[in-house]
Amino acid sequence: MSQFQRTPVKLVPVPSTNIIPERDIDKTPILEVSHLGIDFGGLTAVDDFNMAIGRTEIAGLIGPNGAGKTTVFNLLTKVYQPTRGTIMLDGRDTAGMSTIQVNKLGIARTFQNIRLFKNLPVLDNVLIGLHNEMGYHSPAAVLRLPAYWRAERIAKERALELLSIFDMRDTAYARAGSLPYGAQRRLEIVRALGTNPALLLLDEPAAGMNPSETTELMENIQKIRDTFKIAIMLIEHDMSLVMGICEGICVLNYGRIIAKGSPEDIQSNPQVIEAYLGKRKEGA
Amino acid sequence: MKRNQMLIPMPLRYLINAVLFAAFLWIMNSLITGGAISRYHSGIISSIGISIILAVSLNMATGYLGQLPLGHAGFMALGAYTSALIMKSAAAAKGLESALGASYAAYFFPAALVAGGLAAALFALLIGMPALRLRGDYLAILTLGFGEIIRVVLLNIDNVLGFKLTNGAAGLQKIPTTTTFLFTFIFVGITCFVIHTMMKSRHGRAILSIRENEIAAESCGISTTYYKTLGFVVSAFFAGIAGGLYAGNVGILNPSSFGFMKSIEILVMVVLGGMGSMLGSVLSASVLTALPELLRSFAENRMVVYSLVLVIVMIFKPTGLMGTYDFSLNGLLDKLILKLKGGNARFQKGGPDE
Amino acid sequence: MSLVISQLINGLQSGSIYALVALGYSMVYGIIMLLNFAHGDIIMVGAYAAWFVMVRLSLNPVLAIILAILACTVLGVVIEKVAYTPLRSSPRLSLLITAIGISFLLENLAQRVFGAGAQKVPALISGPAIEIGGQRFSFIAMVTIVVSVVSMALLTFLVRKTKMGKAMRAVSEDMGTAQLMGINVNLTISFTFAVGSALAGIGSILYSCAYPQASPTMGAMLGLKAFVAAVLGGIGSIPGAMLGGFCIGLAEAIVSAVGLSVWKDGVVFAILIVVLVVKPTGILGRAIREKV
Repeated sequence: MSQFQRTPVKLVPVPSTNIIPERDIDKTPILEVSHLGIDFGGLTAVDDFNMAIGRTEIAGLIGPNGAGKTTVFNLLTKVYQPTRGTIMLDGRDTAGMSTIQVNKLGIARTFQNIRLFKNLPVLDNVLIGLHNEMGYHSPAAVLRLPAYWRAERIAKERALELLSIFDMRDTAYARAGSLPYGAQRRLEIVRALGTNPALLLLDEPAAGMNPSETTELMENIQKIRDTFKIAIMLIEHDMSLVMGICEGICVLNYGRIIAKGSPEDIQSNPQVIEAYLGKRKEGA
Repeated sequence: MKRNQMLIPMPLRYLINAVLFAAFLWIMNSLITGGAISRYHSGIISSIGISIILAVSLNMATGYLGQLPLGHAGFMALGAYTSALIMKSAAAAKGLESALGASYAAYFFPAALVAGGLAAALFALLIGMPALRLRGDYLAILTLGFGEIIRVVLLNIDNVLGFKLTNGAAGLQKIPTTTTFLFTFIFVGITCFVIHTMMKSRHGRAILSIRENEIAAESCGISTTYYKTLGFVVSAFFAGIAGGLYAGNVGILNPSSFGFMKSIEILVMVVLGGMGSMLGSVLSASVLTALPELLRSFAENRMVVYSLVLVIVMIFKPTGLMGTYDFSLNGLLDKLILKLKGGNARFQKGGPDE
Repeated sequence: MSLVISQLINGLQSGSIYALVALGYSMVYGIIMLLNFAHGDIIMVGAYAAWFVMVRLSLNPVLAIILAILACTVLGVVIEKVAYTPLRSSPRLSLLITAIGISFLLENLAQRVFGAGAQKVPALISGPAIEIGGQRFSFIAMVTIVVSVVSMALLTFLVRKTKMGKAMRAVSEDMGTAQLMGINVNLTISFTFAVGSALAGIGSILYSCAYPQASPTMGAMLGLKAFVAAVLGGIGSIPGAMLGGFCIGLAEAIVSAVGLSVWKDGVVFAILIVVLVVKPTGILGRAIREKV
């Protein structure tokens, strides 16, 4: 059990009103990306992507469909190896690392098209997220040594605690694939949290949710940040969510950053308006 | 009432199972040694045990890991020849008999079986490492090719070596027939226990996560290559053990017994029982091994029936007969106790251990 | 020298047959991502069909050739409709197991109907040896090579230039989108199976000319080697299948020529392992990237 990279945060229920004041947000960067780019056989999907995220910052990545947002996530998590540029996580260069290594270093993610372990119980989905938090070896498992029992008990307790963030404790033994769509999205977030990340990437977390669910999700994202003291970066099309909780926003179009800044800056940026609404015709 | 509680605490559950299994072994063994079960029938019971090991181990690779190795018979052959050669050389060493008594072979047999298992596991490691990095179909075709290569090698290796090792097409003969009911079913017990405990651990969950969604598994920090290889190697190890038991059961080994047909036979057992269900594998292995022995007419059409089973099960009931349901005696006892107490709580499957 | 050339021709002859069969594997794999295990057994059925028409019905060879190819084509489509269509949305593992089941079923049915022994197929094609530059070449070998090259050319034309070919490429790229564009996906897939199976039928005729007998398991090893050829050339690529077929045929000829013919099958699978380790996409294949 000594293999924890970071001691897991003990979960204490934090009331959603208890949001960290602006001045307390840790802006020292956990993630620094510079000149990141990838080509798919001649087609440049992302180019010259630069950004930094603070340790407890919530950042948004927005842009029209096909702008390359998910590709950025895939680059950060090394599903694709970048053609150019560097990704530094907590001061360490992730060049040449695999998805698995990057995850162990502290990047966890969810997927736009939900990728749960559908035929397994909800609890097992979270336990798989906790895989690397459990230190015992296979002989200990097969012989059912005390190390196994201890690690499993702690992991199960923690998994249930994590599920309770989204009030999902009751569904722990249901098949993950049988959950409603919104709950599946929330379960993905819980599973990602299980890997004890320093940076959580959420790919369209509110997709398919109704307005009240979205509001609840916003509160929960802030709660997660406040409880775990982690950085969160999210891709989202729901502007009320993005403008409501992101401290910094990055706008992507045709694989390039066209604007960066606070929600207020972005909302009044003419280039952003043009990217979303199209160029105003001369003389119209 | 709290959901999913276990009324019988964990170590006791294992104890109950162990006692019941030991009682089963003792009863069957005394029936066989007492002559209540004929030698012919006890031979069939041993081959049922061997089939169970083969099916349960293939289920690990197919049902849990979601890969399709088609060379399970090849791994079985490796184990069979390895352990047969060890047993033959042990039998040839005359001095041992006076030192250890007439039944000295029994001392070597478990070691020979494990050696056979290790030989199979080693080869699984060698072919698994390139194949498991690729799409599933490639593993199927590569293991199929591997199984054929093993067969060709066993047939022709003597010409290359210049001395008699496998005895080619004539077959390896006069292998000490040390496989007994007790040996076979102790190994059946070990196989089921090891695979069960492994699957109900973080390692087993990692293996299941690969079957469910490989990309998501990687994003959870699970080393998919490692766990694929682990599942595949463990599966081959037990196939090797089953091979050794087979060698000691029949006394003669011939490369043609380990062809593609044999691999498919094992696959049929797994598919029919339900991919991912250990109980299903055990049941269908038992039935499909006993049936041809007891019903001659079935034996004739066996292969046609098997192939139809594969197609029909996949089209109409892809989960097999048992689905992924796994029997838990203690789970049943829990329900019984609860009923006696008059509680009408609804139970849910699950928990770290059933 | 003449020995080398004759071995070379042998290699090209069997390579052509592998190539024809490999094309079927490649097309089916390209369109529904299925390793169609039953493809090799379609060849077996073709050989039995030719035998049946000539020996049992005593009809002439031309009719036997036509009926054999027709039988293969129909069988291919029937298998697709009966066994693969119901499973189109199932996990790939289920589809693969079904394909193995069908392959096994064909082999065992043939064994029950025609017996386990081999049946002698009478000569379907015959002609005088051809002499080029003082070197005599067997007529059948020449026909085999020419027929397979012409088939490949026709197939390339079909895929590149016709409306059906465009539909095939679209379905293999993205089935859902193709359907939205008004392409009849079911028809396209059936057509692919028909073309692939017809090529297997031609392959079975050529194979029966080279090795004039039909046996229940003749298709299994032939099919596997053709699949290795398809992987070697790059799965999904027509010229790749051709190239892979010729490579496998030549490799076998070389192994036999140096007196190691019992290890022939081993060498083919060793090639497969090497390809998968060194260049999994094959010589002319392109990588398929899974969308995340």
